[in-house]
Amino acid sequence: MPEFLEFRGVAKRFGAIQAVDDVSLEIRKGEFFSLLGPSGCGKTTMLRLAAGFEQPDAGRVFLDGRDITGLPPDKRKVNTIFQSYALFPHMTVRDNIGFGPAIARRPKAEIRTEVDRMLELIRMADQADKKPGQLSGGQKQRVAVARALVNKPDVLLLDEPLAALDLKLRQKMLIELDLIHDQVGITFLYVTHDQAEAMSLSDRIAVMNGGRIEQVGAPAEIYESPRTSFVAAFIGDTNFLEGRVRSCLEADYCRLAIDGLPEVVSFNDKGLRPDQPIYLSVRPEKIHISHDRPEDKPKRNFVPGVVEDVIYLGSNTKYWVRAGGRRIQALRQHDRYFLDEKPIRWQDECWIWWHADDGFMLDHFRRDDEALLAAPPQRVGD
Amino acid sequence: MKRSRFPIVVTVLVLAFLYLPILILVVNSFNPARFSGRWEGFSLVWYARLFQSPEIWQAVRNTLIIAVSVTAVSIVLGTMAAYALHRWAASRLQHVHYTMIYQPLVVPEILMGISLLMAFVAVGLPLGLFTIFLAHVTFCVSYVAMTVLGRLQDFDFSVIEAARDLGASPWQSTRRILLPMLMPGIVSGALLAFTLSVDDFVITFFVAGPGSTTLPLRIYSMIKYGAPPLINALSTLLLAVTLTAVLLSQRLANKKGQES
Repeated sequence: MPEFLEFRGVAKRFGAIQAVDDVSLEIRKGEFFSLLGPSGCGKTTMLRLAAGFEQPDAGRVFLDGRDITGLPPDKRKVNTIFQSYALFPHMTVRDNIGFGPAIARRPKAEIRTEVDRMLELIRMADQADKKPGQLSGGQKQRVAVARALVNKPDVLLLDEPLAALDLKLRQKMLIELDLIHDQVGITFLYVTHDQAEAMSLSDRIAVMNGGRIEQVGAPAEIYESPRTSFVAAFIGDTNFLEGRVRSCLEADYCRLAIDGLPEVVSFNDKGLRPDQPIYLSVRPEKIHISHDRPEDKPKRNFVPGVVEDVIYLGSNTKYWVRAGGRRIQALRQHDRYFLDEKPIRWQDECWIWWHADDGFMLDHFRRDDEALLAAPPQRVGD
Repeated sequence: MKRSRFPIVVTVLVLAFLYLPILILVVNSFNPARFSGRWEGFSLVWYARLFQSPEIWQAVRNTLIIAVSVTAVSIVLGTMAAYALHRWAASRLQHVHYTMIYQPLVVPEILMGISLLMAFVAVGLPLGLFTIFLAHVTFCVSYVAMTVLGRLQDFDFSVIEAARDLGASPWQSTRRILLPMLMPGIVSGALLAFTLSVDDFVITFFVAGPGSTTLPLRIYSMIKYGAPPLINALSTLLLAVTLTAVLLSQRLANKKGQES
C-alpha cells in the first residue's frame, strides 16, 4: 500500500528544545497509526505539523502525494480531536457538529441530515440540543469525534483523546474508537503516551523519544522484538542483560557470555560475530520460575538464583530473583494460588529459565533507559 | 465564648457613613419642601420640574451622545488591547503595554483632566463634545481591557485551533468563536465604560466647552444657583441608572456561561 500521509525529514525547534529532529514517517491509507512516547518526545508536535498548527523548520509534509507543508489548518483535509475536546461552549451539540459544514457553506438541509447521521453514529440523537457544559466527559469526547468526522477528512488526528477520561470510560471509548475507525475507513493518526491504548488500537505504532523515532512496526513486532533499549523498557517491562558473543551456532543461534550467569543461548537474527558486545532483552513473562531445576531441553537457558522480592499482582505474581550479582524479574501466571503445594517465597532458592527464542538482542542500548524499568527499591530510600 | 461586638459596630458605622448621605438624598428627592429638613409628605414635584427643564434635557442628550459613542469605541479598542496583551504575553514590550493600559485606573483624575486639556489646547482642538469623547475614551478603554483580560485568563485557545481545523478562516474563527465566548466580558466592560462616562465629572470639567455641558456638570452648576431639591431628584435618577449598569456588569462578569 502506498504512503498517504508522509513526513519527510521534518524538524521543529521550540526555543532551546528540539521537539522533532529530522523525522521521516509514512502512514498508509486507512491505517490506524499511533505515535507513542513519553511526554515531551515530540509526538504532539508531529500531529500539530500534520494539522497545520505548526510549520516545520525543515522538511516537508505530504498528504496523498500533495505537498501540504505551507497550508494553513483550514485548507487541509485533516481534522483533529483535541485532548481538551475544544468543543464550542456557546453552541449546542448539533451546532458544534455542524460547524465544519456550515463554514463550508453547504446547504442547510444537507447539514441537517449529515449531523443527524453523525448523532446516530455516536448514539447521541437525544442530546442534540444540549450545550457541551451539560455533557459528561465521554459524551464530549464523542461529540468531538463526530464534529471532526462530519467533514470527511482524509486523516483524523487524535491528540491523547482519552487522557482526560477515567479508566473504565477510557476502555469503553477505546472500543468505540476502534469501531468508528472500522466504520468510516479514514486514516487515523493517534497520539498517546499510553502503551496499552496504542497496542490495542493500532495497525502500526511509531515509538518516539527525544524528537526521534525509535522503531516503527505492528504492535506485536514492537513488543516482541524491540530494537532499542528505550522501546524495550518503555513498552511493557523487561530485563537487560549485557555481555558478548562467545560462539555462533548453526541456524542463527549463538552462545553468549554474560557476567555472573551460566552460558546463555540466544537467537541471533542480527548476524553477530563472536566477541561482539551485545545487549539482550528478555521480557519477564517469558522467564519461568520454579523451585526445582526443570528437565534439560535444548535452546533453554537455566539460571539458579534466590528470590529477593515477591509482588502479588492478582492475576500473576512478579518475582525479583538475585542471580549472579544481578536482579532478574520473572512473571508467573498462577493457576491455583491458595492450594499451591510449594509456593515460592521470599529468600527461597529457585531456578529461572527461558527459551533461546525469547531473548532479543538490541541494536541500540542506552544506560539511561534502565530508569524506565519498574524496579523496586533495594534499600529503603532508594 | 462571648463574641466581641466590635466588628458589628464598625460594620454598621462604615455602612452608615457610606450610604446614609445617599439615602438622605434619595428620600429628600421625594420631599416637596423647598428647603429640606422637614418632611412634608411624598411627592414627585421635583421630578416633574426636572422633566420640564430644557437645560436638563440638553445635558441628558450630551451625556448620552458621549456615553454611547465612548462605549462603542472603547469596547472595540479595549477588546483588541486585551487580546493583544493576552496572546503575546511573553514579549517584553507587553509589560510596557500593560502598564500603559493600566495607568488610567490609578492616575489621579485631576492629573488626567489637566494633561488632556493641555494636549487639546496644544493641538488646537476646540473644546466640546468631541474633546469630552476623546477624554472619556482614554480611561474607558482601560476598564474594558481589564474586564476582557479577566475573561481571557481562563480561555482555552484550543477552541480557536479547533475552529481553524474545521475550516474556519482566521476572521471566521474570531467572529463565530472568540467574540461570542468573550461577549460576557465585553458587555460587562461596556456597561462599566458607559457608567463611568455618564458619571465622570473631574476630567469632563477640564475638557468641556460651551454647549457641551453634561449631566454631572449641570448638577454642579445647579448647586451654585441653589436648587437642591432638583439636584436630589436628578442625582437619584442618575444613581438608579448607574447602579443598574454596575449590577448588570457584575452579574455578567461573574457569569461563567455554560462552558465547562
